[in-house]
Amino acid sequence: MKRVFLVIFFFFGLLLLWELAVRAHLWSPVLLPAPAKVAEYLKSAAADGSLWQAILVTLKRLLLGYVIGLLGGIPLGLLTARFRLLHDTVGTLALGLQTLPSVCWVPLALLWFGQSEAAMLFVVVMGTLWSVIIATDTGVQHVPPIYRRAALTMGSKGFHIWLTVILPAALPFIVSGMKQGWAFAWRSLMAAEIFVTILTGFGLGQLLHYGRELNAMDQVIAIMFVIVAIGLLADKTLFAPIERLLHRRWGTSQA
Amino acid sequence: MYITETFELPRNASEHVKEELQFLPPSKLNVDRVSKTFATRTGPLKALDEVSLQVAEGEFVCLVGASGCGKSTLLNMIAGLEKPDSGSVTADGLRVTAPGRERLVMFQEAALFPWLDVLGNVIFGLKMKPHLSRRDRKDVARYYLELVGLSRFEKSNIHELSGGMKQRVALARALAPNPRMLLMDEPFAALDALTREQLYGDLQQIWESRRKTIIFVTHNVREAACLGDRVMLFSPHPGRIREEFLIKLPRPRDINSIDLAEYAGRITRSLKGYKNGNGGVAE
Repeated sequence: MKRVFLVIFFFFGLLLLWELAVRAHLWSPVLLPAPAKVAEYLKSAAADGSLWQAILVTLKRLLLGYVIGLLGGIPLGLLTARFRLLHDTVGTLALGLQTLPSVCWVPLALLWFGQSEAAMLFVVVMGTLWSVIIATDTGVQHVPPIYRRAALTMGSKGFHIWLTVILPAALPFIVSGMKQGWAFAWRSLMAAEIFVTILTGFGLGQLLHYGRELNAMDQVIAIMFVIVAIGLLADKTLFAPIERLLHRRWGTSQA
Repeated sequence: MYITETFELPRNASEHVKEELQFLPPSKLNVDRVSKTFATRTGPLKALDEVSLQVAEGEFVCLVGASGCGKSTLLNMIAGLEKPDSGSVTADGLRVTAPGRERLVMFQEAALFPWLDVLGNVIFGLKMKPHLSRRDRKDVARYYLELVGLSRFEKSNIHELSGGMKQRVALARALAPNPRMLLMDEPFAALDALTREQLYGDLQQIWESRRKTIIFVTHNVREAACLGDRVMLFSPHPGRIREEFLIKLPRPRDINSIDLAEYAGRITRSLKGYKNGNGGVAE
């Protein structure tokens, strides 16, 4: 209870500082709008539905691309861990491309797919895929060989070992890879949406971009808040429960 | 059918469960002149040199020797996890070429799966028996957890258990698929003395009630004398069986008994003999 109170106190303090900075006229109100202004924008955007629409469009792109990235990345990571040739080739490629900020894919995506949903999806998949491949590969490499031997003596073999021993044993690594993939995908999608207008749907990035065009800093800051809130929410609802579960199962030493 | 009195199966346990818990005759093992050489950075290392060993049905044989004498390699070969360069391993007349659940291994470190709870670990080996239903597997697993005295912990996570409890779970997991031979690779090496003593008693008792052929690798001479019908002494470089001791003491044996200490003393003197390079010293 005390913890919750402190957290509320902290954020209330930040808000207060902000309000004070505005009152002190340190910057022009065009550059730094008051908290009330930002809240007002949020309220109106929520009321006319444009905010919900943008959130929906963005989340749809993100989730679709992310799921594709996972469905491709986990099996590919298992394959690179299993076959040395694939590890040396696809694994090296993944390692290289993982270091590439995925926003670098945006120009190429535009040329290949035009200003379309496909371009957005492509950028998100590129953000997710490589880190999931690498995390899965690393996770499998770190599975203690004794698990495999134990499973072998109990009559498990081939695909069954991969499904029931190697994959769950590598799970702590895979989950941290999924988390990283999520972060990369989220960042790259925002960058892409700010860069590019996609006519089939206005996402959060585009709302932010138009805020800047219109010099409406209340809109820009409000959308930034929404982006942060979605990031936090995703972490708390998607990953935190999985991590807690792993933590409980594995104990404190791992995961 | 062989079921200890301590545990009542659920009244509605299926026929499959009863069949699964049936007493299976223990295995007979014949190791015939196996050799194995490993390539190491400092050159080839002859881990085993023409080692032969016969084990009768239901016998408890301990393999003792300094580390690096090839006793674990031999155990892995019997398990089918490693192949000999020459020679053969035959169990019940069939050549061992791959792991099989008639011969289950209990490893020295905890090889329990941390992503499963205690019951899940014991069930794992039963999953490869497709005729069993989920309920059947649970019934069988619970029977063995009862046998090792851990029924109350079936829902526990592995990391919550003490070292001794982990090895008990490992024992239950190895027993659950009803193997005919149990291969134990220094299973108690990492435990404290008190826990170990208790497990010696438990293992002997379990061996009495569900008789298996057991091959037990250890470097602890007292442990070997306490558990084995027969103790085989290995000498390293290259790994060979130098001597065998028949332990003719009544069971259950107490690790602290004087008779046992006498046997252990004789075995230790022999072992020291190999280290000094004097060759096998007869008693």
